[in-house]
Amino acid sequence: MIKLVFFARLREQLGLREHRVALSEKLTIQALVEHLIASDDGSNSSNTNCQWLLLASDEIVVAKNQQVVARDVLVEDGDELAFFPPVTGG
Amino acid sequence: MKPATPAHSTPLINVLIQSATFDVAAQTQLLESALDDRRVNRGALASFTGSVRASETGLSGSDDATSYGELLALDIEHYPAMTKSTIEAIALAASQRWSFLGCRVIHRVGRLAVGEPIVLVLVASSHRKEAFAACEYILDYLKTAAPFWKKAIFEHGEQWVDAKATDTDALDKWSPTAL
Repeated sequence: MIKLVFFARLREQLGLREHRVALSEKLTIQALVEHLIASDDGSNSSNTNCQWLLLASDEIVVAKNQQVVARDVLVEDGDELAFFPPVTGG
Repeated sequence: MKPATPAHSTPLINVLIQSATFDVAAQTQLLESALDDRRVNRGALASFTGSVRASETGLSGSDDATSYGELLALDIEHYPAMTKSTIEAIALAASQRWSFLGCRVIHRVGRLAVGEPIVLVLVASSHRKEAFAACEYILDYLKTAAPFWKKAIFEHGEQWVDAKATDTDALDKWSPTAL
């Protein structure tokens, strides 16, 4: 399983803190997001549009196992992927 | 006091993420006594404290924000598995650029009222130049890389704070060294 975690505005928009995805093969993050969008049946979405489209935004930062990465990086079983808006700490 | 030994060439790096407030004088003393235990030749300490402003910039749809009334507080969310390690990596990168003796970084999370301190960066070194530079570098990278998010809490509403381009631009002064 791959664990997806979401933060801040994105977490609120999705209405989800985390989500688990079973993958039979390694995929790039880009492909994983496309896979989620394609497989969405709308049943777990609070609105009529596919909620996973939010992950496709260029603005959203992705971290794999707590390191920020590009979307062409491969993910595999056991990875934790975080999706979040640009950070605003300090 | 004995002179610095090569065994302690790696700086002391302490990063704390907490909801509790902090006392700058007490934190300074903690860092200085930890350094004195290492018998290093400290002579300078730079300190930065960031606090919650009464009016927050970086709010999109400012029309909404004005109708929300006064800003009361910020809610600070973070990614616990990643926050501390990110700041430690930033401090380590700073120590490779300037030789400082130790740093202590505290970032608060949760609900912080206007006027309360949010972040503390303390850097101790032998001479002032390294302390000033490393302190600013750590803060600049913390603001653009550490996974914290602020939500502004008003009297009659709330709104996520947007990232500022000026924070990213602030990194230009450190180029070509990238984190």
